[in-house]
Formats: sequence, structure tokens, C-alpha cells
Amino acid sequence: MNLPAILFSVLGWVTIVLFTGGLIYRIYIYAKTPMPLKIPVNTPPTMPGVVGSMAIEVTLFRKLFKTNLLLWFGSWVFHVALLLVVLRHLRFFFYPVPGLVMFFYTIRIYAGYAMLIALVFLLARRLVSERNAYVSLPIDYYMLFLLIGIAASGLWMNYHERIYLVDVKAFILGLFSFSLNAPDMEPVLVVHLLLVFTLFAYFPFSKLLHAPGVFFSPTMIQRNDIEKWRKVNPWDYDVPGEPFYTWENFDEKRVDKHPDGIVYPPGWERKVEYHKYKKGE
Amino acid sequence: MHYPFEVPAIEDDASLQNRSYAAKKLDMTGITLPTELVPNWKEEALKIFAELLEHYKDLRVFMDSCVRCGNCATACQFYLGTGDPKNMPVARAELLRKVYRKYFTAAGKLFSNAENAVELTEEVLEEWSTYFYQCSECRRCAVFCPYGIDTGQITMAAREIMSRIGVATKYVTEVVHKVYQSGNNLGIWPLAWKDSCEFLEEELKEIYGKNIPLPVDEKGAEVLLVAPSADNFVNVNTMMGYAVMFYAAGISWTTSTYCDEGGNFGMFLNYFNQKRTNQRIVKAGKELGVKRIIWGECGHAWRAGYAFTNTFNEDMGDFDPPYPKHICEFTYDLMKNGAFKLDKSGNDDVKVTYHDPCNVARATNATLRMGMFEWPREMIRNTCNNFVEMHKDTIREKTYCCGAGGGLLADELMPLRMAGGRPRAEACRAAGANYLATPCAICKANLPLVMEHWKVPAEVGGVHDLFMKALIL
Repeated sequence: MNLPAILFSVLGWVTIVLFTGGLIYRIYIYAKTPMPLKIPVNTPPTMPGVVGSMAIEVTLFRKLFKTNLLLWFGSWVFHVALLLVVLRHLRFFFYPVPGLVMFFYTIRIYAGYAMLIALVFLLARRLVSERNAYVSLPIDYYMLFLLIGIAASGLWMNYHERIYLVDVKAFILGLFSFSLNAPDMEPVLVVHLLLVFTLFAYFPFSKLLHAPGVFFSPTMIQRNDIEKWRKVNPWDYDVPGEPFYTWENFDEKRVDKHPDGIVYPPGWERKVEYHKYKKGE
Repeated sequence: MHYPFEVPAIEDDASLQNRSYAAKKLDMTGITLPTELVPNWKEEALKIFAELLEHYKDLRVFMDSCVRCGNCATACQFYLGTGDPKNMPVARAELLRKVYRKYFTAAGKLFSNAENAVELTEEVLEEWSTYFYQCSECRRCAVFCPYGIDTGQITMAAREIMSRIGVATKYVTEVVHKVYQSGNNLGIWPLAWKDSCEFLEEELKEIYGKNIPLPVDEKGAEVLLVAPSADNFVNVNTMMGYAVMFYAAGISWTTSTYCDEGGNFGMFLNYFNQKRTNQRIVKAGKELGVKRIIWGECGHAWRAGYAFTNTFNEDMGDFDPPYPKHICEFTYDLMKNGAFKLDKSGNDDVKVTYHDPCNVARATNATLRMGMFEWPREMIRNTCNNFVEMHKDTIREKTYCCGAGGGLLADELMPLRMAGGRPRAEACRAAGANYLATPCAICKANLPLVMEHWKVPAEVGGVHDLFMKALIL
């Protein structure tokens, strides 16, 4: 047992705690916060309709497809490739490996390349367009560099510097069973793991929260059924109202002596005079 | 994506000079807001911000979710018009988000440079009061955002924070104050309203030779019409259109001087005034004992009415239906059932196109099979021979704002209004129409000026104007 092994395991545990704890806390906050008003943007009126439209949205990115094909291409390819890569990595987390996970393993390594290309495209997009460069923050670039680093180091290990994977698997399983099994510290593996730890630890504190956030976005998940139910605002409070009047008794019910202290603008006396004149007083 | 004209290059501070006048003390007192910047405004603002984050799921989610993909950048008509980068919805939202990150996120506190988290200073407040009053809350960006981030909601939150520490604009506060005084946005007092209705009755008698009433405060009428007050004052053809429609259908109706306004400028200020303005409508309906309340041709009035009325008012049970109904739906239903005799040739002199008001198109049940996209269009198809649509990326849910919604219809913002209305004007020019029908009082106030400014030979009017011209009594 050596020092790097202990260090790596501790980093792994910190990452696991930050990622799961932070994410659960964030989702709890999202779920807990009430939505006082109905603000759907052209969503379907029924629950199955909303579920269906959300399913299309998160799997096919329909809104981007309909408005910006280039961005759709870049982001959709990236997300699908990322999903495939994650599924392919699942075999490190199970022993014995279930049949379903073995099925994902048959997905070829091309997903890694697709992910890398899509990331470079997304980075170029931010740099080339003047408007995108204006709105991009340093953290947006760091995030892309981080992901590019992860994809590149992963691909490098696959082709140039084969790693003894049994060790890696022992390390990952060890993280979950609280035992210290560190793999051989190949530099490229160290880089890969550190970047992955950074990504996961930073996830619940970053813009990556768009992943859980989209499922809580009121403009997309609210049903368009305002006519059927009364939407109740849980923190509603009473507001004062003015006394009712018609044109005949407006003078008596006027609100200038209203408890809320409505102040009349200069010249309002003339308006009252006009009223009296019109009524023949 | 189709743009009516070339997307401008970004130009820093191009729209910085378009600032509204500050609110008058008189109006701020009248609508229970602080009359000037409160002494400890920074703590106060952060306290309100924290409260809003706990109260609004949308704000909470929208603050975290944005990835700055930039898809919304060219969706905003104010960016297209002015080229000011802070008018891109993402950059506008960042004005609030950068303060959020500084005070409410761990990452923002630790890495304030990389995350661009900044403290709330007077410069930031200055930016807020400029650029959050250059957003018309039209929600076009929410259609483009893959996470449904609605910068309109973020603008509302920012305006709520600002108004409660004493920063608001003269136009919006004045209008809300007028509603509490006189019942409508224009400050028409009850007898003047009655006077105006009598004048329109005489006008209708001259046109049709019949006594077509415009009743005021009639208890026990079947319908309470809550039209924008501008219909009675400026767009009188629309008001006469309603009157003639009700007369031809034989339905008794009334307006109320207590609430002769559908528009809700409280929506552009804070929750308190939004609710207080909205409650007047249901109160008027109950006091007058009407069977149903119908909203007139107004954009944000319809959003505030349709989407929020049953939240702000405990009980809509006495009305039939117990939810807001739009005049276009009402007229369309009657028309479909053959209540009117229509002659399309009455509108042969115009080539009509239809402009979806932003708040009608994206905030209500417009997409349903028969919703606010189709009712007015069906009305126009049944009353006009020449109907053309503008480009598909500029209508329906992707419609542009006229450039003056959201409390921007102030004279001092004229350059901004002209810039914001340009996409609509160019789309209308491309369609070759000479009459732009729209059911929104603010569009009817701003678009004629926009059309004149950009030299588009098109008249602007309501849907019921066309209906009146085609109707045979």
C-alpha cells in the first residue's frame, strides 16, 4: 500500500460524496421550491402529453433541431456519445458484469471519437461567433477543456498505452466497498481519473445542473390546463382592494381617503368639478 | 432560422441611452412602494432576492440551468434592432445571474473570476434598471431555449427586486397608480368613460341608423367586457366592433367604470400590484352580477387574465365558464353557429396579415387545436378575401413583439421602440400586406409608429375592426 493509492482513494470518496450529496441537495431544492403561477410556454394540456413532449425534448433536443441545426448537431452528437461512453464504462462498476452491461460493451469505441469531435465543434462555435464569444464565461471554456481532456486521455489509453484494466476495476470496486486497491499509476490514467473526479465533484455546483434542471423547468413541465384546475399559490398573501363604484356613485367611493393612502395627483380637484358639472350638480 | 433583416454585429452599449424616467414619488406612494432608493438597499435587495429564490421555482431553476449556448441571442427583437449585446436574452439574464452566483452559490464564492460572479454595486443596479427595462417580457427566448429558460420571468424577478428597493420607471408606476384611481390605464374617469361611450353610440347611429348601445355599469347584464381602455379612447373602431357584434348576436353586455381595463401593468412591476390589479376584474364582475367575464383584444391582459386570474382570485365559481374567455373565441363560436351575416367584400380594399401578440401567442392555450392561434385567423378568413401570412418564423409561437410591451410604451424610449418593432415591420413588408390585424392595444399603439418609421405602407387595426366592416346588420 503506497501513498498515491491512499490519496487516490480519498479523492474518489470525496468526489462520490460531493457528487451524490450535492446533486441530491440540488434536486431537493428544486423539488421543494413552489411554483406560484402557471407559466407554460405552449405545452400540451395533459400529463401524458407533457411526459411525451419532455421525452422527445431530452432525447432528441427538438427545440434546438427546430431553431438551430448546427448547434443541434454538435450538442446532440456530444450528449449521445457521452451516454454511450458512460454505458460502456459501466462494466467497471459491476462484478460479475450483468448481461445488459455486456451488451453496452459491444458498442464500439467510435463513440469516444464522436464525443471528441463534437466537443471540438462546440468549442470552435464559442470562439468563432462574436455573439457566442461575448456570452461565454471562462468557466464555459474550462468545462469544454475538461471534457476534451477526459475524452482524449480515454482514447489515448485505448490505442496507445494499454492499461491493465483488472487493476482499474479493482480500484473502482474498492471505492464502493471501502477498501484501498490502487492501480499502477500510469500518467495517462492519473490524468484521466483526476479529470473525471473534477468533473463529477464540480457537477452539482456548475451549469451542468441543466441536466436535472430541465426536468424542473416550469415553462416546459407545466400542463396547459389552466381552464380545468385552479392553480393555488402556496405563499399567497392578501392584498387590499378598492371599494366598488359605478359612474353614479364614484364621488362617494373615491379612493383619495383610502386606508392605503392613495394620493391624488395635482389637479384632481378639477376632475371632480367636471364630474359634478356633467351630473348637473 | 429566418431573419427579416441581417442580424447586426454586436456593439457595446449601443442601447445604453434608452433609459426610462425614474418613477415619481406620488405614484410610488400610491402603489405602496418606497419613494426613493432605500438607505440599506444592498442588504434589502439581497434579502428580496433570497425570498424570490425560495418562492419561485422558475427563478431557482433558470439561475442554475443556463449553459450559455447562445441559441436565444438572435431571438430577441431588441437585440436584432439595437445590436447591444446586453439585449441578448442570455446576457440580460446574466446581469442577474452574476449577482446570484456571488451570493448564493459555493462555486461563485470560491472562483468568482472564472464564474464571473460580481458583487451587487451601484453600477450593477444601474445596468439592471437600464436593461431589465429594455425587455418586453415577450418570452420569445423561451421558445428557443432548450431548457425553456424564460428571460421574461427573470426580468419580472429583477423588476420586483428593484421596485421594492425603490427603483421603478415613471411610465409603469404611473399606469398602475391610475388603475387604482380611475379604473383604467389611461386615467379616464368614470363620467368621461360614459361620455365616450355615448359618443360612440352616436357614431354608430350615423353609420347604421340603429340604436346600438355601449352600456356602462349595467347590473345584471349577461357579459362583462374587460377591454383595454385604449379601445374606448384611441382604437374606437375595435370598441364599435365589439358593440356591433354584441348587438347582432342579441347579447346584453356592459363595461364597468370600476374596471374598464384588461391590461395589468402590475405584471411589469411586482406580485403585489399584479394581484391587486387583477382582483378588480373579478370584483367588478361579481358586483355587477354578470354571467361571464370576457377579455377584450389585449395582449398581456389576456396573459394576466387567462393564466393568473384563477390563482389571484379564490373563487370564479359563479361565472360561466369559471375561467377567462377571450372575445375572439366568443365571436368565433357565434360565427361558427351562424349568428352573423357576413359579407367578405366589405374588406376587399385591404390585404390583411395577422400579427400574434407576444403574450397571447406564448402564454396561453394558443397551441391547442382551437386556440388563440386559430380563433382570430378564422375570424379574418371569414371576413376578408385577401389574407396572407408572414414568414413562418415570425408568426405563431415564434412571433415578434411589437417593441413596446412590458411597460416600454413610454415616449422617452422611442428609439428602442422603433428598433424593437423593426423585425415585425420588415416581416410585414415582405408579406406585402397593407393591413396588419392584431388583437392587442399596445401593438396597436406602437406598430403604426413603427410602420411609419420604417416606411412600411401598412395600416394597423384590430380583428373586430375587420369583423365590423364585413358584418351586415
